[in-house]
Amino acid sequence: MSATQARTPPPPSHRSLDETPLGATLVALRGVDKTFANGTTALSGLALDIRENEFVSLLGPSGCGKSTALRILAGLIPPSRGEVAWAGGGRAEDHRGEIGFVFQEPTLMPWASVADNVYLPLRLRGVSRRDAGDAIAASLALVGLSKFAEAYPRELSGGMKMRVSIARALSLRPRILLMDEPFAALDEITRFKLNDDLLRLQHEFACTVVFVTHSVYESVYLSTRIVVMAARPGRIVAEIPIGAPTPRTETFRTTPLYGALCREASAALHGAMDADPAGGSAHL
Amino acid sequence: MSEANPAAEAGRVATVRAPIEAAAPGGSGSRPDPARLLRVALPLGLFALVVLGWERWVVAYEVPHYILPAPSRIMETMIADWPVLWASLLQTLKTTFLGLALAVLGGVGLAVLLSLSRLVEYSLYPYAVVLQVTPVVAISPLLLIYMPQEAAVLTCAWIVAFFPILSNTTLGLQSVDRNLLELFDLYGATKPRWAPPWLGRFLSRVKALWYLRRPAALPYFLAGLKIAGGLALIGAVVAEIAAGSAGAGSGLAYRILESQFRLNIPRLFAALVLLSLTGVVIFLALSAVSHLLLRRWHESAIAEER
Ligand SMILES: Nc1ncnc2c1ncn2[C@@H]1O[C@H](COP(=O)(O)OP(=O)(O)O)[C@@H](O)[C@H]1O
Ligand SMILES: [Mg+2]
Repeated sequence: MSATQARTPPPPSHRSLDETPLGATLVALRGVDKTFANGTTALSGLALDIRENEFVSLLGPSGCGKSTALRILAGLIPPSRGEVAWAGGGRAEDHRGEIGFVFQEPTLMPWASVADNVYLPLRLRGVSRRDAGDAIAASLALVGLSKFAEAYPRELSGGMKMRVSIARALSLRPRILLMDEPFAALDEITRFKLNDDLLRLQHEFACTVVFVTHSVYESVYLSTRIVVMAARPGRIVAEIPIGAPTPRTETFRTTPLYGALCREASAALHGAMDADPAGGSAHL
Repeated sequence: MSEANPAAEAGRVATVRAPIEAAAPGGSGSRPDPARLLRVALPLGLFALVVLGWERWVVAYEVPHYILPAPSRIMETMIADWPVLWASLLQTLKTTFLGLALAVLGGVGLAVLLSLSRLVEYSLYPYAVVLQVTPVVAISPLLLIYMPQEAAVLTCAWIVAFFPILSNTTLGLQSVDRNLLELFDLYGATKPRWAPPWLGRFLSRVKALWYLRRPAALPYFLAGLKIAGGLALIGAVVAEIAAGSAGAGSGLAYRILESQFRLNIPRLFAALVLLSLTGVVIFLALSAVSHLLLRRWHESAIAEER
């Protein structure tokens, strides 16, 4: 039981993020280069500070190294040069219980029920199924899937599978949630709904989110900061703070500020693509 | 997120779930389905027609029974010779299932070893392929020289059944979602502190094997088992025939050979009928096992959704 009780979820805070001072740096990439075994240089000189309670979007054309950056942050692959520095020291391995990871695909085990899928991270940490019961139920309740605990993944819609994937990432009560284009494959209605749910979750949970996306609108709506990346080699070309108050609701999409920010992010993204020597637009 | 959220999606789910739940109690035959009925009735009807035609033809042209016995005559022989045939059937079944069981043990065991160690994979896999591509008919006379007859027959059944299980299970163990394995690294890499790194890596491989590769490989293994079941019978028969031409044996295939020598063609047919029935039963039984194990989650086992 050690894993879950050691990190009990923080009590739901209903302060807005504005009142929660963007705290100390939680984790930082320092001068990170990544060259794969086949010679592809995916990242070059990446420096990025993720502060507590931030919602950072990594925005960039496909192939610019967003996933690679996220995977390095999670400690799934090592950087070729540079380091991942965690607050309080230690390497990624020492912070694994604090990281929740969500892929673009739901990546569920088809042979296991929804509850058993959510149980996986707990099971791997040696928590017995009985002790994990409450944590599983709580995670499923967070994503609104309590009624589907015994269903199998194939019986769920795409949006619901994604919710299960998020519930699984939340089951260890992570301090930081890393999400790699989690909603890219969903239809727009489902995506909007999940965007709002994600914001609410982050708010109740007071966790930090790093969110990879190639959608300008999504990044503006969700983030407190957008980091725009360019390809070949993958690097950061712009940072756009999103000063709009949180929590946000649908009405934010209709404000002039939203429009202005979308134009700004879009311009930065297109700048990034024009800067691409191989012609980023062609790569899309 | 609120409970009300997935209400819209739940509507979609209900339509997907309904057919499964309807089909679950009492298999899928609880409601007679014309297409399904036809699929059973057509081959049965054809069978009856052929048997009837055969009977008529033999009677009408007075074909001697040592050339082509009538179906009724085959049935009579089956009943009259039942003690002999039954003993032979048991012998063949014993060889087949023992061969299959050993093939499962060996095939799965080796596949697991291959998945845990590249060294084992590189050194052993080529031999498994050689064993597979060499026709068993050609090996069996040799085996009969070096082994007691029963052991040789069993070995033949094992050789042919082994490879589909090995190759399917190996493929299955490798076909886990990459991302799931990464997730596993992320959450499962808590190694015991006392363990040296290599042991830690080995333990996490074993964990991944148990939690991810084993269930992912199950459908592949079962597909291999279905093939292997039929092949084990073929292997047993081939070896019995080889043994039979050396004048020894007691299985169904040996009865076929013996009946041919003695021109006891009705008994030959009876043995042949038993042999193909055995094959059909093995196939159906393994299909049923596969369906039972996979019906909750695997696409191959889920009733077509209308
Ligand atoms: N395992 C790998 N081996 C070799 N090259 C890779 C690997 N993963 C990614 N790349 C390359 O690194 C670059 C960045 O990839 P990725 O991080 O997936 O981009 P993004 O997520 O922004 O679309 C791409 O050119 C891709 O082809
Ligand atoms: Mg990507």
